Amino acid sequence: MNFDLTDEQKAIQSLARDFAQNEVKPRAEEMDRDEAFPYDLVKKMAELGFMGLPFPEEYGGAGADTVSYALAVMEIARADASTAITMAAHVSLGATPFYLFGTEEQKQKYLVPLAQGKMLWGFGLTEPNAGSDAGNCQTKATLQNGSWVINGTKAFITNSGTDLSGGTTITAVTGTRSDGRPEISNIIVPQDAPGFSRSKKYKKMGWRASDTRELSFVDAKVPKENLLGPQGEGYKQFLTILDGGRISVAALSLGLAMGAYDEALQYSRDRVAFGKPISKFQAIQFKLVDMLMQIEHAKLMILKAAWEKDRGRDYVQTASLAKLYAAEVSHRVVNEAVQIHGGYGFMDEYPVSRMYRDQKINEIGEGTNEVQRLVIARLMGL
Amino acid sequence: MKIVVTVKLVPDPNAEKRIDTSTKRLVRTGVETVLNPYDEYALEAALQLKEKAGGDTTVTVFAMAPESLKETLRKALAMGADDAVLLSDPALEGSDVWATSYAMSHALKKIGFDLLIVGGLSDDGSTGATPGALAEYLQTPLVTNVRKADAEGNSLKLERETDTGYQTVAAPLPCAITTALTFGEPRYASLKGIMGAKKKTIAPLTVGDLGLDREVGVSGSKTALLAANPPAARGKGQVVEAADGATGAKAIFDFLKERKLV
Repeated sequence: MNFDLTDEQKAIQSLARDFAQNEVKPRAEEMDRDEAFPYDLVKKMAELGFMGLPFPEEYGGAGADTVSYALAVMEIARADASTAITMAAHVSLGATPFYLFGTEEQKQKYLVPLAQGKMLWGFGLTEPNAGSDAGNCQTKATLQNGSWVINGTKAFITNSGTDLSGGTTITAVTGTRSDGRPEISNIIVPQDAPGFSRSKKYKKMGWRASDTRELSFVDAKVPKENLLGPQGEGYKQFLTILDGGRISVAALSLGLAMGAYDEALQYSRDRVAFGKPISKFQAIQFKLVDMLMQIEHAKLMILKAAWEKDRGRDYVQTASLAKLYAAEVSHRVVNEAVQIHGGYGFMDEYPVSRMYRDQKINEIGEGTNEVQRLVIARLMGL
Repeated sequence: MKIVVTVKLVPDPNAEKRIDTSTKRLVRTGVETVLNPYDEYALEAALQLKEKAGGDTTVTVFAMAPESLKETLRKALAMGADDAVLLSDPALEGSDVWATSYAMSHALKKIGFDLLIVGGLSDDGSTGATPGALAEYLQTPLVTNVRKADAEGNSLKLERETDTGYQTVAAPLPCAITTALTFGEPRYASLKGIMGAKKKTIAPLTVGDLGLDREVGVSGSKTALLAANPPAARGKGQVVEAADGATGAKAIFDFLKERKLV
């Protein structure tokens, strides 16, 4: 056992922390209030290499490992969850499918500019009537005269409508399997495909500075070669993509908890009641200890999952446990952070109120806590 | 142009620190070591000059520090320095400015430079004397508090920050400069820089490589540290109680005026 980070992992963590604390954190309240997508921060993150952190250098990435990626997402989320989801969704959901399943030509065309952060990309799985039930995909694509003709709707798609967005990879039913079930494939849909349009940004409770839209396809047309990987592999592919994504959403949940803990710790030292800082009272101390305990516990699980992935081991169960646990930890920690702030925690000008709103989606996005339990139960062979 | 930047490895300025009363040294346990923040400005200046000059301009960072802190130097390489030299030797322990700058100057002669850039101050020792001592030992001109630098052929055109404005100064190469904090915010080390830094060299030097003709370390030092004390605890502040804002503001203003602070 070795709990030491490598020098490189430490350097990446420290870069992410400096960047997040200096550049992202001071802007978080304003971005949340104005629902302003942080183009300038994304540009800086791209220049520093965050938007392609885990991809090999030959595809425009930084060539760092999953542990470094998880540490970086944690630090960005510690400052602002919206900025963190913009980065994490781009890397894990936008760019990763091209890295895992793209042809060399597709990698050059899409992965390279995505890893360089010059372009953003969405991943369209969820539909208005297919969330956890992702297999019940209603969007259909049929081959007509050398083109895929797509009809359907996708919901809650991150990074799909920014000025930098180049397109979205979507799941669509492309036929019927021999067992009679629908055959699902992943199709690359560029922003300018005829018949493809995006809604206005959703009005959201949290993650307000991130870009989330509904996508609609009305006889949308893309060339036949825009299939990602072999036809009919879509279901398997998105399960693999979600497996890896769990590590980054777990890191995002934990980062948010760390940020709320930072705020609560500082506040408890500054706030004086009954003649002394409230950090001197057992009721507050016990809360802070419980928060730290859960944060440290979740961190170990996340880093273990990342460590397993980096070694090519089966990391799926650890990652699912980490995602579920980190989401629940962030719920409890953020809640206690607001409690420690008392009435001020309910006020907009205190970051914990934003964090309280930002937290909820951690228990829903990329697999609800309930579905996560189902996934784990299946992995346990129950 | 060969630019050498001296960097000191210091305890994290943001960490809480404690002095060991028996050794009179800072307790380093549990305190992370970082590049001296002032030296990051010096490195930023070097990297900007390299970007402007292009061609065969190189940036070497030089540090005198225990071998165990070697990896801290990696950050300078990640920020964009081409290579590094680390002078490490137990014999150097306890060196004062006199001995430190003597040893450093010999190492710098060995490395060779056209331009030497030194941070104005170290965050831990804060003597501010090393740049001057280095220039003296190296017999080079020294321009302090530089906020802007341009290479023009075999000389430099520099702007020096002063209390009342700035001066424009020319200096021949080789020379030494110290940087003002107005030179420009030090850049972040990019991910590419961090990954690339692994492959850059940190060349080791020991006292034996320098051909010194006098002692360094405690016995080679002219000054001795007699005591190191924490700052005196701050007294209790004065609380102004006032019936309304205007009266309160006046009371505070009078307080400041009395002490000639406004």
